[in-house]
Amino acid sequence: MAENHATATDVPVPYSTGDSKITDTTIAEMREIAARYPVARSALLPMLHLVQSVEGRVTPEGIEACADVLGLTGAEVSAVATFYTMYKRRPVGAYHVGVCTNTLCAVMGGDLIFERLKDHLDVGNDETTEDGKITLEHIECNAACDYAPVMMVNWEFFDDMTPESATQLVDDLREGTEVKSPRGATICTWKEAERVLAGFPDGRADEGPTGGKATLAGLRLARERNWTAPAGRQGSAPALDGVPGPRPEDQPGRESQAVHTDDTRKED
Amino acid sequence: MLTPVLSDNWDQIRSWQLASYQRQGGYDALRTALRMQPADVVTAVKDSGLRGRGGAGFPTGMKWSFIPQDNPKPKYLVVNADESEPGTCKDIPLMLASPHTLVEGVVIASYAIRASVAFIYVRGEVLHVIRRLQQAVEEAKAAGFIGQNILGSGYDLDVVVHAGAGAYICGEETALLDSLEGRRGQPRLRPPFPAVAGLYGCPTVINNVESIASVPAIIKNGADWFSSMGTEKSKGMTLYSLSGHVARPGQYEAPLGITLRQLLDLAGGVREGHELKFWTPGGSSTPLLTADHLDVPLDYEGVGSVGSMLGTKALQIFDETTCVVRAVLRWTEFYKHESCGKCTPCREGTWWLVQILERLEHGKGTEEDLDTLLDLCENILGRSFCALGDGATSPITSSIQYFKDEYLAHFENGGCPFDPMASTVFATAGASA
Repeated sequence: MAENHATATDVPVPYSTGDSKITDTTIAEMREIAARYPVARSALLPMLHLVQSVEGRVTPEGIEACADVLGLTGAEVSAVATFYTMYKRRPVGAYHVGVCTNTLCAVMGGDLIFERLKDHLDVGNDETTEDGKITLEHIECNAACDYAPVMMVNWEFFDDMTPESATQLVDDLREGTEVKSPRGATICTWKEAERVLAGFPDGRADEGPTGGKATLAGLRLARERNWTAPAGRQGSAPALDGVPGPRPEDQPGRESQAVHTDDTRKED
Repeated sequence: MLTPVLSDNWDQIRSWQLASYQRQGGYDALRTALRMQPADVVTAVKDSGLRGRGGAGFPTGMKWSFIPQDNPKPKYLVVNADESEPGTCKDIPLMLASPHTLVEGVVIASYAIRASVAFIYVRGEVLHVIRRLQQAVEEAKAAGFIGQNILGSGYDLDVVVHAGAGAYICGEETALLDSLEGRRGQPRLRPPFPAVAGLYGCPTVINNVESIASVPAIIKNGADWFSSMGTEKSKGMTLYSLSGHVARPGQYEAPLGITLRQLLDLAGGVREGHELKFWTPGGSSTPLLTADHLDVPLDYEGVGSVGSMLGTKALQIFDETTCVVRAVLRWTEFYKHESCGKCTPCREGTWWLVQILERLEHGKGTEEDLDTLLDLCENILGRSFCALGDGATSPITSSIQYFKDEYLAHFENGGCPFDPMASTVFATAGASA
């Protein structure tokens, strides 16, 4: 199985496949990124994200393009590209699926989820399914420990996972079913996500809730028990009555809009 | 008991949007700050007693006052939003729910140190957080809170949201600066400190998200208000993040000095039918504590007094089903993976640590290996270039201190005596892999 798979990590990746999609538009966008910074080289990380959004990986042509725009050598750009885990030398599938296997998530079930997915998708770590849909990778702590075990799809959160919900999730992705992050947007492709990381917004910021159940656990308890911070200089602390703005009790339907409570995906 | 300030607007409709934030009095603090002299803003933050919420606990106002205002070079503010310390999950939900709290703090802090550009360096692996930060900065620009002549004050500021690319080491402030300059994220020798020669060799303040997000409330309500919360040397409210084997994990905003016993009580206790075995007070780089430490005040001094560190207040709770050797091995693999390679003790040391711990976990170690582990830790701690190496030793030395018998049981047993299924959240649900 995984060890003999066509995308196994011991199979050399061609230096260049000769079908680079870097165009004049890409170069113009690279210059646009560089212009955001007082010193152009600061743009290199976002520029490499842009390369991935166009090429599906960091290609030699992408490295040279970055080097040209910034007046660096290819070696200098490669040195940076190979340092960071998010930059991939092998083509990434339409969906990058990460399973957190750092200690807390691993203990809470991440290890078993990762094993189940390797079997289910017939790939090893950092490998892509034959249909090019899914690249599976075990990832380090993604700052969502209060939702362990955590998975990420194209760097969007999937909380409180089980082996069953994990296999359902990847099946949905492979079948093209619309998938939503419980604390994010409708899942786009990995390339589209990389474009946002390069600093080109996709207009999806308003999708999804303010946070999940764990995010609001303390706040809800404080509301229930009328606990607030002390009153401030201006006569009232932000948490006290009299501050303008909708409060839980005068906003019917607030819960359904602000908080994602029913994770339908998990009940599939 | 709980004092929601930073988290107070998180249950509002579309709390991430400018309109919602302003309904709650958002950007009032900026108006107040812009009517003050920059030096007075620094003084207010100093007087509040705010200390860095990223782990080290350095007084924020003092950090700002180190910026040499007679230096003709531009000054920069850099927000460390590279939240990656295992167990730490406070800044990400804050930025997702209320990015404007951070953005307002950024403008006030930048004004205080007279920065011309501010950067929010956010880890790349949190797409939706980045979307909301990008949108918040655009909204703030459109509203005149960022840009030229902010609110008629004559002060100009640009703010850039910068996505990282997956490297824990970039949470170390000087590695972050190298990364922000478009290089490999490796730490720099200090001195010179960033306040003198930081980004592009210019005076730079680097602050954690939560530290900067606390600034608007301080300016709005006063330094005295802030310092009325907390303990003698650890002032104010803060986000405690409970995760792991606890009934209701999540974010609990309380004054510094609350205890784990109190927090566990609020969070419904350790999961039903189980008991606390060990916990981290502030991420995996802070030495483990046990049930003996339930009543330690969770402030900088209290946690320090029992041989650990407050860190990021990432309280990872593990019950008796968890193998401490497995837990420590996994953290050590993490440090090995994330070691930047710049210095030998960390680069080589973390590699060796993993090999020995693997042996131990699989029941192939000896008691001598424990001595070797401790010896290695001694040679990494204080001898590595930055705190990553130091942090790597914390879980090992503390776990051997408290759970030596469990290490021994592994080789007496010829392997790990724990069932990994028993520790999972779905153990009781009857699911299996």
